Amino acid sequence: MTSEQLAWKIRRHGIEMTHLSHGSHIASVLSVADIIAVLYNDILNVDPKNPDMPNRDRFIMSKGHAGAAVYAALAEKGFFDVEELKTHYADGSRLSGHVSHKGIPGVEFSTGSLGHGLSVGTGMAMAAKLDNKDHKVFVVCGDGECDEGSMWEAALFANHFELNNLVAVIDHNQMQSLDFCENTIKLEPLSDKWKAFGWNVYEIDGHNHNELKKALNAARLNKDKPTVIIANTVKGKGVSFMELDILWHYRFPHEGEEYDNAVKELNDSRPDGVSDPYTDK
Amino acid sequence: MRDTFVATLLDIAKKDKNVYIVTGDLGFGVLKPFWDNLPGQIINAGISEQNMTGFAAGLAREGKTVFTYSIGNFPTLRCIEQIRNDCAYHNANVKIVCIGGGVVYGALGMSHHATEDLAILRALPDVTVMAPGDLVEARLATKAIYETPGTCYLRLGRGGEKRIHQSDPDFKIGKAIKICDGENTAIFSSGAIFDEAYKAHTLLKQKGINTALYTFPTVKPIDKETIEHCCDKYSLIVTVEEHNIIGGFGSAVAEAMSELNNRNSRLLRIGFNDTYASVVGSQQYLRNIYGMSGEKIAERIIENV
Repeated sequence: MTSEQLAWKIRRHGIEMTHLSHGSHIASVLSVADIIAVLYNDILNVDPKNPDMPNRDRFIMSKGHAGAAVYAALAEKGFFDVEELKTHYADGSRLSGHVSHKGIPGVEFSTGSLGHGLSVGTGMAMAAKLDNKDHKVFVVCGDGECDEGSMWEAALFANHFELNNLVAVIDHNQMQSLDFCENTIKLEPLSDKWKAFGWNVYEIDGHNHNELKKALNAARLNKDKPTVIIANTVKGKGVSFMELDILWHYRFPHEGEEYDNAVKELNDSRPDGVSDPYTDK
Repeated sequence: MRDTFVATLLDIAKKDKNVYIVTGDLGFGVLKPFWDNLPGQIINAGISEQNMTGFAAGLAREGKTVFTYSIGNFPTLRCIEQIRNDCAYHNANVKIVCIGGGVVYGALGMSHHATEDLAILRALPDVTVMAPGDLVEARLATKAIYETPGTCYLRLGRGGEKRIHQSDPDFKIGKAIKICDGENTAIFSSGAIFDEAYKAHTLLKQKGINTALYTFPTVKPIDKETIEHCCDKYSLIVTVEEHNIIGGFGSAVAEAMSELNNRNSRLLRIGFNDTYASVVGSQQYLRNIYGMSGEKIAERIIENV
């Protein structure tokens, strides 16, 4: 599978999961889909047959509300059955709306409250250094999440302790819960802020897989500092009527036109060699 | 207590290279023996308790046993969600150590009084809550939480606490320690206020009132067996804690008592009566003003016997 194919699958699963569950955050799943796909397809050293292998790369989805993207990637990579994705949010399911590690192979850490993941990542990165291990720690955060003070506590800490094995990716989709980030709490210039905190900064197109691969591979090789990749994305990417519309932070694709058009649009841009698990029988 | 803690942990950490202290930029002088002896096993996370606690959870998930160290409410209330989500939910081996439980830092003002910490930590599933009563209990509790997997809270005094136990008592997490039997009334003490409870017990004895005395180094899990036993035996149970009477040790005892059948004993909870200590003064001064000195405890018991 290519990362483009996996990204498409993540989007398609995301639409189905939020449709079935009446779940929120589809627009965040769509914005982060390419980042997650490249990580799981090309970057992270993880093994579905041995999810706890000691030298695995650690991955934390700090913006846990887009957890459907992680569940979809894990299922497609064989950590658990793709069929189980349909139980997202359901009574008795293992797959809560925000990522939980309990009983789910491949999930490193439970998140959902913003501003936690990067701190935990600093702990995992420090442990790897203390134990002379070569694996890396990747943390995906939101841009709205950068409102949290704890993000910047972690940023200070990681720089001070030269955690060069820590890589943060900011899914910079420009929007948060109620409005655009710039209308809420100004974040720009975001790259300059991270530079001022002492991090290596790459600013890229977060939907361009080549740019993602290049930046993530470069981040792996950095020797002196932690790295942040500001991945410029579009909230709702891939479904035109969800793009940059704040409504879709919480709204789910309803039965009828919304769901049908979302599925149609995705299928219109479906890469070769991928089947739609929900409509191709 | 803090020196006892540091000395005990230093012994442990010399033998176990996976033990770390992470301080929130506190422990001037106190942590020096640790810095001097094991500089590779102590990390100053700076003044950032949220990050300190999340960091500790990350380290612990990688197989370390991590003691976070700060004073007052900083290692607890300031980062309670990191304790809940990152530590407790992940059963992370993070041991949260608070120096200055109660009004140890009396004259520093209410910001430095830890008087709701037991209530709040006790409400979190999968967190063991310890409040040792003297230097002996502090040493034994430090060892016990090191040996207990998962997230634990250790509430300590500061310095200058007395040694009350003359020899090591039989110490187990979740078990109260009996100091002596008595008639009609049993005093239950938790935390460094133990010296005041002990004083009250002695003062009452001089007046011919023989109270039983127990210390509860563990607030959670609470020792229901001892509570039940004492409710069979005594008509008045008195809890003493340097903490709000709501939600803490006294509440834990009240919860256990309320579920007993055929209970004849009454409960008197002594602590801060749902108030902040806004009066300025030393720990001893505040204990007296707010009714937790040995004399005041004895008076309250006489009123209630």
